[in-house]
Amino acid sequence: MAGNVFAEGVSAGRLDSEELLRNFGDLHPPLDDHEALVAADRCYFCHDAPCMEACPTSIDIPLFIRQIATGTPDAAAKTIFNQNILGGMCARVCPTEQLCEEVCVREVAEHKPVEIGRLQRYATDGLMAKGQHPFTRGEPTGKRIAVVGAGPAGLSCAHRLAMKGHDVVLYDARPKAGGLNEYGIAAYKTVEGFAQAEVDWLLKIGGITVENEKALGRDITLDGLKSDYDAVFLGLGLGGVNALGLDGEDREGMAPATDFIAELRQAPDLGALPVGRDVVVIGGGMTAIDAAVQSKLLGALNVTLVYRRGRDRMNASVFEQDLAASKGVRIITNASPVAVHGNGAVREVEFEYTDNDLKPTGQRFRVPADQVFKAIGQTLTGEGLPEIQDRKIKVSETGRTSLDGVWAGGDCASGGDDLTVTAVAEGRDAAEDIHAALMG
Amino acid sequence: MADLTTEFLGIKSPNPFWLASAPPTDKEYNVRRAFEAGWGGVVWKTLGEDPPVVNVNGPRYGAIWGADRRLLGLNNIELITDRSLQTNLEEITRVKKDYPDRAVIVSLMVPCEEQAWKTILPLVEATGADGVELNFGCPHGMSERGMGSAVGQVPEYIEMVTRWVKENSSLPCIVKLTPNITDIRKPAAAAKRGGADAVSLINTINSITSVNLDLFAPEPTIDGKGAHGGYCGPAVKPIALNMVAEIARDPELQGLPISGIGGVTTWKDAAEFIALGCGNVQVCTAAMTYGFKVVQEMISGLSDYLDDKGFASVEEFVGRAVPNVSDWQHLNLNYIAKARIDQDLCISCGRCFAACEDTSHQAIAMKPGRVFEVKDDECVACNLCVNVCPVEDCITMVQLEPGQVDERTGKVVQPEYANWTTHPNNPGAVKAAE
Repeated sequence: MAGNVFAEGVSAGRLDSEELLRNFGDLHPPLDDHEALVAADRCYFCHDAPCMEACPTSIDIPLFIRQIATGTPDAAAKTIFNQNILGGMCARVCPTEQLCEEVCVREVAEHKPVEIGRLQRYATDGLMAKGQHPFTRGEPTGKRIAVVGAGPAGLSCAHRLAMKGHDVVLYDARPKAGGLNEYGIAAYKTVEGFAQAEVDWLLKIGGITVENEKALGRDITLDGLKSDYDAVFLGLGLGGVNALGLDGEDREGMAPATDFIAELRQAPDLGALPVGRDVVVIGGGMTAIDAAVQSKLLGALNVTLVYRRGRDRMNASVFEQDLAASKGVRIITNASPVAVHGNGAVREVEFEYTDNDLKPTGQRFRVPADQVFKAIGQTLTGEGLPEIQDRKIKVSETGRTSLDGVWAGGDCASGGDDLTVTAVAEGRDAAEDIHAALMG
Repeated sequence: MADLTTEFLGIKSPNPFWLASAPPTDKEYNVRRAFEAGWGGVVWKTLGEDPPVVNVNGPRYGAIWGADRRLLGLNNIELITDRSLQTNLEEITRVKKDYPDRAVIVSLMVPCEEQAWKTILPLVEATGADGVELNFGCPHGMSERGMGSAVGQVPEYIEMVTRWVKENSSLPCIVKLTPNITDIRKPAAAAKRGGADAVSLINTINSITSVNLDLFAPEPTIDGKGAHGGYCGPAVKPIALNMVAEIARDPELQGLPISGIGGVTTWKDAAEFIALGCGNVQVCTAAMTYGFKVVQEMISGLSDYLDDKGFASVEEFVGRAVPNVSDWQHLNLNYIAKARIDQDLCISCGRCFAACEDTSHQAIAMKPGRVFEVKDDECVACNLCVNVCPVEDCITMVQLEPGQVDERTGKVVQPEYANWTTHPNNPGAVKAAE
């Protein structure tokens, strides 16, 4: 154990590089050929398969697994990419335990689902490693489309539009494309620069120009895009972070969990990334788990995740909760923050136990904290956007907004469940609708 | 994606995957579903004379399974269609009209009288079907009535009936062969003499899949009794491949088109039949096990294979393996290999050791720490260890180069080909040419 693991405050180098390397290695190591055949063999090739039904992008799972089983993993990859061009990332980050694998007949019957996620990764990694892009562009249509946001929704939309022969300009506010794939997912789920490699591979379709560091409202405007392009797709994501609404919220050591995750993902040297000795994460979703687990893996001595309702109400899946627990994260439920204490920097967070209806019980406790990550949700930001519904851009089933010629999808759009795979589906479906609208 | 279009006897289909004459092709409803799923053609379940036959009302199928209840072999006692001739003819007409790009072949089985064939053939031609297949193979139920394999087991009958069909119809005629004979070349030759345009094989094999040890009766059991059925599915593929190869490499039968049948389950099975000389394949059990959608994997897999090999069409590799099907006596005795165990892949189960030590040549050493190594001075390269190893490619056979010493015999590996016919131990050996 490195020397300064007990150091108080927020400091770097709590663990040596070897330990960091191990901690941030692949969460689910890839299947080798033999493992993939054995895993594929368990699939029953169900009729009208529940897994396929549960997949937001409707990947033909039985077919691709059969293609693996019959020694044609590249054909399997094509089956996947036909429906989900980000099938590689989704294989890594999808909460499969809540989607395809939850309804796998073998999960229902024997609590051991076919390992769909890992098989998907096996197939997609294989084709991508060959540098092959399985699709070719259609005849040029002469139509130009602006896609705002190069996250899962924007990438998926841009790719499908490019495939149809349209020219796409893909704008993104950040220095790199990828959105949350690049800035917002735990590092151990997408190791070795996979997010950028996937973007590069996706762009091989051609016809997509990426414009980084172009933010809507700052460098480009919706009105401008509408007049310059034949159609606009908004895949902005959620740029704002919800506040706790407490005094002392701006104390040193308090930060949005999303910032911490982004910083960690971009850090060239994890050993140089500071983390607190006592970290408190407030929230109960995937972002909270990702921040808590990664704090622990960076070397924080005590990491406490506090959620205001019961464990069954947490947005993070049971698998994610168990993962956090197995890494040593303490999960406290039914407790809401009431005060941030400290003298300059944060020293403690005070909580009050609350029941499932958030009714305060009067019982309070304090948790030591030199770093606090807020993960209580993100919000849509921006002005001049199409009509808003429930704090998101109101869209039809195919992503049409209240403005003519403007579509939206992904986390910024109403409906959906803020998953990568849902964003991919929405981007793809909007692209199909844009194509239909433009080509009559 | 490669073009899988095939032409068999001039009959075009978008891919070489046809459904065999069997329960899946008994009705318009099924066939339409099959075509929607992507099948290239169907051989309509065998039509017979009215009144139609009747089927049993108890279980028609028996099965054997591998691990995880994977269906490996299926046995059936269903007869030819039990629906009226007119119903079938009307349905065939409608389906062919709606799917002109798919192959529709009609399987037939009527009594061994020319008049019976003269009567049914014009009716089939009127449907617009692309050809007929003569069911000389059904091994149960019909054979007792002098049809099916009762005809298929007598070459003279095959020739006679085939000739009637060719004389009374202009449709391409495929003769379906039963494997329940000793030499498949004889019925194939008879079909050829009778004028058959092609043969298809194999039909099902006489079988009893299992015996119920409480009832002391074969499965499937109907009211305490069971009858032999026709065996099919993945388990019969090796038998079918051999029979196909025997016909494909017979000098007298060369050029006779073959439609391959017998356990085709994946694209690879189909490719193997095609490499052995089949112009297309017919499938039944895979569809009955997994549904019609299973053809999608066959299509993508075969297409990838063609692309991978650089073949522009299926036609390009039909029969490519035929010249390499040899007789034992012509195998090269100077080809010497040794087993090699990849220690990185080995999981130390010891199955190779048990197999070799107990049942073969004591050519694998078990060393401390459960390390298994091949003893080159004992290994005869029998391949048993490869076949029992649970890990793909963990054990392989590596050829010794000419000039190397075979430690088992102490002899230097010779570069030239030499087979049994010239071997000194062969009492009938012919002297090698000087």
